[in-house]
Amino acid sequence: MQSLLSIIYLIGSVSFIMGMKMMGNAKTARKGNLVGAAGMTLAIVGTIVLHEDKVSPVIYGLILLAILIGTIIGWMTAKKVQMTKMPELVSIFNGMGGACAALISLIEFNHVKNTTHIMNVVEHLIPNQPIAPGAFFCILAGLVIGSVSFSGSIIAFLKLNGTLDKPIRLPKYNIVNTIFLIGVVAFSAYLFKVETPVLIYVLFAMALLYGVMFVLPIGGADMPVVISLLNSFTGVAAAFGGFLYGNYVMLTGGILVGSAGTLLTIVMCEAMNRPLFNVIFGAFGGGAASATSTSEKGTIKDISVADTATLMNYSKRVVIVPGYGLAVAQAQHVIHELEMILEERGVEVKYAIHPVAGRMPGHMNVLLAEANVDYGKLVEMDDINPEFPNTDVVLVVGANDVVNPAAKTDPSSPIYGMPILDVENAKHIIINKRSMNAGYAGIDNLLFYNPKNSMLFGDAKKVLTELVAELKTM
Amino acid sequence: MEYISSILNLFSENEKMIYFVILAIFVGIEVIGGVPSILHTPLMSGANAIHGVVIVGAIYVMLNSDPENYVSLALGFLAVLLGTLNVVGGFVVTDRMLEMFKKK
Repeated sequence: MQSLLSIIYLIGSVSFIMGMKMMGNAKTARKGNLVGAAGMTLAIVGTIVLHEDKVSPVIYGLILLAILIGTIIGWMTAKKVQMTKMPELVSIFNGMGGACAALISLIEFNHVKNTTHIMNVVEHLIPNQPIAPGAFFCILAGLVIGSVSFSGSIIAFLKLNGTLDKPIRLPKYNIVNTIFLIGVVAFSAYLFKVETPVLIYVLFAMALLYGVMFVLPIGGADMPVVISLLNSFTGVAAAFGGFLYGNYVMLTGGILVGSAGTLLTIVMCEAMNRPLFNVIFGAFGGGAASATSTSEKGTIKDISVADTATLMNYSKRVVIVPGYGLAVAQAQHVIHELEMILEERGVEVKYAIHPVAGRMPGHMNVLLAEANVDYGKLVEMDDINPEFPNTDVVLVVGANDVVNPAAKTDPSSPIYGMPILDVENAKHIIINKRSMNAGYAGIDNLLFYNPKNSMLFGDAKKVLTELVAELKTM
Repeated sequence: MEYISSILNLFSENEKMIYFVILAIFVGIEVIGGVPSILHTPLMSGANAIHGVVIVGAIYVMLNSDPENYVSLALGFLAVLLGTLNVVGGFVVTDRMLEMFKKK
């Protein structure tokens, strides 16, 4: 039985690796996810069915009940959630995994301290030792990392859904956080020596608090990076569980996500030109306000829906720059309608997708794909930038920071250095915005004052619907 | 000296495991390499589901729990429940995202 379980765990591990590899390619991605899910199911069923020792039926009942409840809630939530809310959901699910790892550690700590039970489990890890330091280390590390991931994910969730919309910073938060982290580590080391079971709950509380302190000062725009980082934390926490039990499927899954997640975090940071260090320790939007005052910027022109329709109708090439504002206004379907009606008139329409458009890299592609926009029309930044000089009209909907020229010209700007879409090279720019409020990063956009630019004020869905109606009459 | 030798012991006793970990780290990096940025979100979400494998540990804890130890059972129950949420929710939401790419 035990060897059969080992084989199952091996299959599970391979399926995780294969699944993730397949997810790196648009053609095989969906199948890859299913391969991973199949491996996971196999590992879970195998763990329950092939368990050797006799187990009370009550425990089996409880396990199955927990899985049943979790499956129903997880399935329904994942099916029902709107695609715009998806980053929040990923954050919550990540937090659940972190909490799971932390709880395992809490239980095992009590086992170690109160009974000799755990010794059977970790015997093969460090033989001939009364209290295995390796196992103890795994328990504490799993607890701390899992808890940080849990509370951090909850804060990230609250920030993304707008409950906590301003970064909250204690004075000298960087130093305070670092000292607190050292405190957490020191306290963990102290637990090695002192074997008072109650103290583990103190460590648990400290780790939870650190997770909150870690994420709270980070601005909303950096949340995708934070979620990705916490995602890899949970992977590491799972891997410590794998160490503890000598369980290879937990090890593979955990380490795979830990290392891939870390790399993904770094890649995302590069796309935004924000070093990871700055995300964690740097201030976004604080201080460094742009020196230019309103009077020097020039004036803002606005344009009516009718004029926009005329301009677009007689264009050859139109590029649409969608941003998160488009998704918030639920205007994905309308913009697809606009694209089709223009194409019917012989206008070539493309979408320019910035790597961080939306709330996560690739999020915008998902949102537009949901509205049936042709995959081939979504053009990535590096491919579309050379095309802007030949573009008649650029329509920016609900995007701001990704077209802000300050990223190139103003070294004091918080987004300075981030690659942007060069929309100012097009012949006309039309920016749809609800009002003159600053973008997600909280900074002003000089593009608004560009002589080639006209503002089309109003809610994206409403304005685009009117625009489509107007075009139909032409 | 005693401290150093205990660390060295820990290494030699866990040698295979340490090799395994290091190789797995490289596999993780290799698997992500060269992924187009449009797939970052689904990939992050898929990876999120995979670390839900921590549920195997939660089940293991439950299976080895003393049926009389109610604290342990309650915490274990919660752990399995949360782990399931992570696994099921993670895979389903990833599938929903990828479904849209597939249609084309």
